[in-house]
Amino acid sequence: MVDNVNTPSSDIILDVRNLKTYFGTGDKAVRAVDDVSFQMQRGKTLCIVGESGSGKTVAARSILQIVDPPGRIMGGQMIYNATGEAGGSVVDLAQLHPRGKEIRGIRGHDIAMIFQEPMTSLSPIHTIGNQICESILLHQNVDKVEARARAIELLRRVEIPNPGVAIDKYTFEYSGGMRQRAMIAMALACNPKILIADEPTTALDVTTQAEILALIKELQQSYGMAVLFITHDMGVVAEIADEIGVMLNGKMLEFGPAEQIFYSSQNEYTGRLIDSVRKLETSARRTRNTKVSERKLLEVRGVSKIYPGRKTFLGGSKAAAPFKALDNVSIDLYEGENLGIVGESGSGKTTLGNCLIRVLSLTDGEVLYRMGDGQIVDLAKSGKKELRSVHKEVRMVFQDPFASLNPRMTIGQIVGEPLLVNGIAKGDELRNRVADLLATVGMPPAAMERYPHAFSGGQRQRIGIARALALNPRLIIADEATSALDVTLRSQILDLLLDLQDKLNLSFILISHDIGVIRYFCDRVAVMYKGQIVETGPADKICGAPEHPYTKALISAVPGTHPRDKRIVNRHRYTGDSAGGKAA
Amino acid sequence: MSESTASTAPAVQVNMANLRGGIEYASQWTLMWLRFKKHRLALISMYIVLGLYVMAVFSEFLAPFNPEDALRAEGEYKAKAYHPPQGIHLFYTDSKGNTSFNPHVTVLKEQVDPDTLKKTYVRDADRKIDVSFFVHGFEYNFLGLFKTDIHFFGPTKHGEVFYLFGSDRNGRDMFSRVIYGGRFTLSLGLIGVVLSVILGLILGGISGYYGGKIDWVIQRVTEFIISLPTIPIWLAMAAALPKDWPAHYQYMAVTVIISLIGWTSLARVVRGRLLAMRGEVFVVAAQLDGCSESRVIFRHMLPSLASHIIAAVTLAIPMMVLAETSLSFLGLGLQPPAISWGVLLKEAQNIRSIAAAPWLFVPGLAVVIAVLALNFMGDGLRDAADPYSH
Repeated sequence: MVDNVNTPSSDIILDVRNLKTYFGTGDKAVRAVDDVSFQMQRGKTLCIVGESGSGKTVAARSILQIVDPPGRIMGGQMIYNATGEAGGSVVDLAQLHPRGKEIRGIRGHDIAMIFQEPMTSLSPIHTIGNQICESILLHQNVDKVEARARAIELLRRVEIPNPGVAIDKYTFEYSGGMRQRAMIAMALACNPKILIADEPTTALDVTTQAEILALIKELQQSYGMAVLFITHDMGVVAEIADEIGVMLNGKMLEFGPAEQIFYSSQNEYTGRLIDSVRKLETSARRTRNTKVSERKLLEVRGVSKIYPGRKTFLGGSKAAAPFKALDNVSIDLYEGENLGIVGESGSGKTTLGNCLIRVLSLTDGEVLYRMGDGQIVDLAKSGKKELRSVHKEVRMVFQDPFASLNPRMTIGQIVGEPLLVNGIAKGDELRNRVADLLATVGMPPAAMERYPHAFSGGQRQRIGIARALALNPRLIIADEATSALDVTLRSQILDLLLDLQDKLNLSFILISHDIGVIRYFCDRVAVMYKGQIVETGPADKICGAPEHPYTKALISAVPGTHPRDKRIVNRHRYTGDSAGGKAA
Repeated sequence: MSESTASTAPAVQVNMANLRGGIEYASQWTLMWLRFKKHRLALISMYIVLGLYVMAVFSEFLAPFNPEDALRAEGEYKAKAYHPPQGIHLFYTDSKGNTSFNPHVTVLKEQVDPDTLKKTYVRDADRKIDVSFFVHGFEYNFLGLFKTDIHFFGPTKHGEVFYLFGSDRNGRDMFSRVIYGGRFTLSLGLIGVVLSVILGLILGGISGYYGGKIDWVIQRVTEFIISLPTIPIWLAMAAALPKDWPAHYQYMAVTVIISLIGWTSLARVVRGRLLAMRGEVFVVAAQLDGCSESRVIFRHMLPSLASHIIAAVTLAIPMMVLAETSLSFLGLGLQPPAISWGVLLKEAQNIRSIAAAPWLFVPGLAVVIAVLALNFMGDGLRDAADPYSH
């Protein structure tokens, strides 16, 4: 089918040459993928890494010609070499019609894809089994009974417990990790030669991520697939990549074997990417001259938060059972200390943060806070007026820099709001104070008249920090303040917070799922699991030599930054029951 | 996918070289307008809607004839019933073959078939009626400010008559009547919506902001009202109106009846938006900033709602227009001599008059145009209301 192509060596299964995918046409076209070339080897893993907007997803989707309109492949070749197979041939995928029969024969059959969000890429109204069977029946000449048997076998291969029963369940009955496993089973249905995985673990917890990565690795070896893995996480890359492509602004900056990229990269941007991850393997608090006082700033005693069960309309008790989000949590924070709260999704860490600042009310327990004037207040019982004065001293930085700034207000109004409503400044004085605050977080005063949509994620997070600083706080609760940001921005924001701490005598409670961020930023760490604190200790001890089996599993699941380590293969696995029945 | 389309170049540096007035400084309303402008159909519809409302305000000035008069040209002893529509010709060729610019209407003569006594109109080649702008016609009160008899256009010679949309059974000019009808129908839509918005905002606002039991009660009441069959209720309420009320009493009563039911959908929009927004992080941030409850509602939440409410209102007007038309058509809304599109359409109920005079449907066409234009405009506004969505 391809004439002017020298037949590539049979080791290379997919050869992408000068691929161009643009959105729109003419001068205004957004060049999402701009002249990108790479090769995929049989049975090897290629990782394409890049920050958001780098074009890595579009590049992967171009291979299957499933780019959303108005995106179009404008040029280049994608030579898929199936000559190793029976009846295989060499095809230029770029020449196929996006809705044609040929490309449909390749999609799912030769090249399969799994997506980031398993919830939205599986149909909620069909059973898992139906969806897997469909893709088998579509591409293979088997009857329904045979297809079902194969589907069960596939579910067993992806380590779903009790596949004979699980096959008849619906998507919502699966957990996030199981859904991703089901997606992988579906992708494997036709023994694809290439598996494209687009950020398949980004939406998952770190322990689940480790499971999925290990599974993909294992399946790759037994099926002999080539894997194209799209990710923004250098740690994941280090764990699984044989070859790496680094993308930025639609261009392929660098392409080569994993060890070469990690240890002798010539490219400055690649170096920055790797450094920003490696930086988080150290502690910034050790290198800085930290001064943690002996005085307690916050004492949390036996805090519980129970969401009561809901009765059905007729008074039955089936609608929802009571849910214990926080179970007898106690922890202290000293003045000038950075306390990290780490845990996976659903562990209650965000609920704890919201309870400490009383966005949520507590079911039980006390939160004793020492005010600036030495008075001790129990936040759990404070009235509206008392809370208002506490909220001047305890501030919050939110996770999502896009949702936390009112799109209808200018930056000046947003940052000035706490000063204005507390009657601290107005008019020209307010403007000057706001300009000072913006300068503190490294933003020019000209930002004041602009609206939030004019700023990128990292800049918005700086604005959010400026707002938190407006009232000269003593304690800042940062709830996943860096997790919506790209890696290179992550350490910038953390450094900014540490600089501010040196200047302004602040304490921090940093809530995060990211061990690296916690290790870098915090003095002490509390590990949460299912609403309880399972372990508390100095950051380097928790991250280096944890005691509790859950913490061990959590720490060992964190991807490293050295391709040779292969940490995930040797990880510690934790099942709730081995912890003495705590995770019933 | 959106990640790659939204920004290929990461905006790490704030580009301060941008001039003021750039998109960075654009407020919510500017962004909304920029987006609305891209929606061609909505933009055209907006001009049509504006045109219709201008027509409603300046009806007297725009209508060439008094819509309530049975028109009689000078020298004729009776009005011409069911006169067919006449077009305006821009050029006139006189008997010598000279063509000149001279807007005019050709005159139709009434002829009665001697056998069947059927009336037909045939062209009277000898006569024409000149048409020009800013002519003297019937006297009226311009916006209640001063009396005048100047009209936008009409017969150059006072006393002559033409029918652009034909005439009705009493020989009244349908063109003028459609213009006048728009005034009642369109303003009733607008006022009805304003009443609905007030009810909807208050009830929906309380329901959405406080939630809980209050929300439950208000929602059940709303559902009850929605479950009532609309047309029979309107009929019953309208039938209860005294027939001898003056036109403006009737008008107000009909408006209230229609909006009493129209508020429900608006209340739900407002409630849904408020409920969703109550959990938004920037609202929590405002509360932590120390804002009072009223400041959170009025400074932080309502501005975000305004654009959505405007879109909902625009989509509610056509429903009001249709409701008025149906009620009046059934003879239970406005009563003649009041003129609305619904009242005019009532004339078209009679199969015989339609066979003889299909132009009686013109008010129906006006309703269709108005409703479509308002709907397209509302759609455009709704899409533009959230400039951050893609």
